[in-house]
Amino acid sequence: MNSDVATKNNASTKTKSKKKRSQWSEVWRRLKQNKMAMAGLVILTILVLLAVFADVIADYDEVAIKQNAAVRLQGPSKDHWLGTDNLGRDIFARMIHGARISLMVGIVAVSIAILIGGTLGAIAGFYGGKVDNIIMRFMDVFLAIPSILLAIAIVGALGQNLFNLMLAIGVSSIPGFARIVRASVLTVKDQEFVEAARAIGATDTRIIIKHIIPNALAPVIVQGTLGVAGAILSTAGLSFIGLGVPKPRPEWGAMLSDGRQFLRNASHITTFPGLAIVITILALNLLGDGLRDALDPRLKQ
Amino acid sequence: MDNNILDIKDLKVNYITDEGTVQAVNGLNISLKKGESLGLVGETGAGKTTTALSVLRLIPNPPGKIENGEIYFEGKNLLEASEEEMRHIRGNKISMIFQDPMTSLNPVMTVGEQIAEGIEIHQGLDKQKSMEKAKEMLELVGIPKERSVDFPHQFSGGMKQRVVIAIALSCNPLLLIADEPTTALDVTIQAQVLDLMNDLKEKFDTSMILITHDLGIVAETCDKVAVMYAGEIIEFATLEQLFTEPKHPYTKGLFGSIPNLEEDVDRLKPIRGLMPDPTNLPKGCTFHPRCPEAKETCKKREPVSIDTGNSHMVKCLLYEEVSQSEGAK
Repeated sequence: MNSDVATKNNASTKTKSKKKRSQWSEVWRRLKQNKMAMAGLVILTILVLLAVFADVIADYDEVAIKQNAAVRLQGPSKDHWLGTDNLGRDIFARMIHGARISLMVGIVAVSIAILIGGTLGAIAGFYGGKVDNIIMRFMDVFLAIPSILLAIAIVGALGQNLFNLMLAIGVSSIPGFARIVRASVLTVKDQEFVEAARAIGATDTRIIIKHIIPNALAPVIVQGTLGVAGAILSTAGLSFIGLGVPKPRPEWGAMLSDGRQFLRNASHITTFPGLAIVITILALNLLGDGLRDALDPRLKQ
Repeated sequence: MDNNILDIKDLKVNYITDEGTVQAVNGLNISLKKGESLGLVGETGAGKTTTALSVLRLIPNPPGKIENGEIYFEGKNLLEASEEEMRHIRGNKISMIFQDPMTSLNPVMTVGEQIAEGIEIHQGLDKQKSMEKAKEMLELVGIPKERSVDFPHQFSGGMKQRVVIAIALSCNPLLLIADEPTTALDVTIQAQVLDLMNDLKEKFDTSMILITHDLGIVAETCDKVAVMYAGEIIEFATLEQLFTEPKHPYTKGLFGSIPNLEEDVDRLKPIRGLMPDPTNLPKGCTFHPRCPEAKETCKKREPVSIDTGNSHMVKCLLYEEVSQSEGAK
């Protein structure tokens, strides 16, 4: 505790950027205390590293997509850690290359959704009245369409490629984020400090950006991590029905889909990608919960 | 007239809700000279906060609406000013201290940033310079400047209120509106905060409107007192006049509710009844259902504010008749 105070005092005498960093180091310190969140973070880090160094671990052209009938449908062995699929491709290699796509789609799609949905929700919540009504009724219409159906429609209309996939999943989760941000802005905007900010002459934009959004962020971050998990699932789902990433690029959902015909004799084809999806989503959820606690300065002991 | 920094004339504010129109402020008149402090006293729901928010034009709309009246600040009618002009006035020329320091600070911003914000907005300084100034303000209210990087939850209630005062005074406002600044604090801290406010007020030569329901605080800090009831000023006098010679039956009732150290009284004499329903104010004098001295005419005729000598204004038919009958002679 003493050293903590000392670092704070040090930080205060230095420049502003230093001070900001100390604020984040505080968040980091609190996150470290949460074992489950750290477990989630470790798993995610491993996944990200695997995805980043996928080419080093297993060559894309030679191992991940090159078919080899001689070794098809083999179980886990020394040569093929997680076995091979029906076309003789190494499942481990395909999984780590698939992680790239899954993680990227998840993160980009959620960023799109947070950016657009968050802005709309913040405007709706802050101004209320007619603006709120128009935006939220529009969102309700979106929400009435099942998001997977909307994603199918968008990919179907725009054509099947990676960018359209991210866009489709992002757009279909906009209403969810708009609602969460709006609800959270509504609870914050009537608090006295917002009125106090107005009383010192702050503009609406300033109030929204500096006072409301930082206070409304916690549920958005949690929803964001859950959203990445959801987006990975949606990608898997879209790939499963053949609207995901074009073949032969490996993707977890597509791998599940390919393996389902061999479920009886070679269940490892579906088990491992399935496990990868489960573990990733679990890790993201754990991290999301931990982040929510760590980001809230009021929970500081 | 000319040295009046604030002149509120015939202000009328309504809150329009589904259940009916709440007449929060009804024809209120206040004037305040430079450097003066005015105590605005009244029960909960008397319209004190609404009056204060009207001056800053921060009445939430809807449901609130300023129906009528003029608010002159430095000779300019604020009710006709543009939103842009108002933003320039808020925090810069008129600033406000809110009731509850626990909720009026942003929990995720450091106190330094919050003080610096107003300085940044109004004085066009960059972040670093406004931060410097914010630290000076913090020292001025008696908090070491090293604490500017701390968050509000790391401060006690009294210190938070000091921070709020620092924010309010950071741009040397001409008028400070303090809305029950000490209600949420315990008595010793109250005294400290009031002392601090008084000192800083003197130092910056700021006028002040102090909203409170505590006559003791008024006695300590104010030059003039306005007693509010059901959205009207029913008595307006200097501190001395009001404390030595309260005229309106309501004001007398307020003093009757405070224990007196010098006299031996068995029971306090509280004012009977409750504030009238603001959606359905009584006809005639709004105080007549609770007034111990009410007469038949009080139910019918609405009193007007009259001067009973030395600018001691009272809005009560008892005095109106006296002055009328005197006039008749």
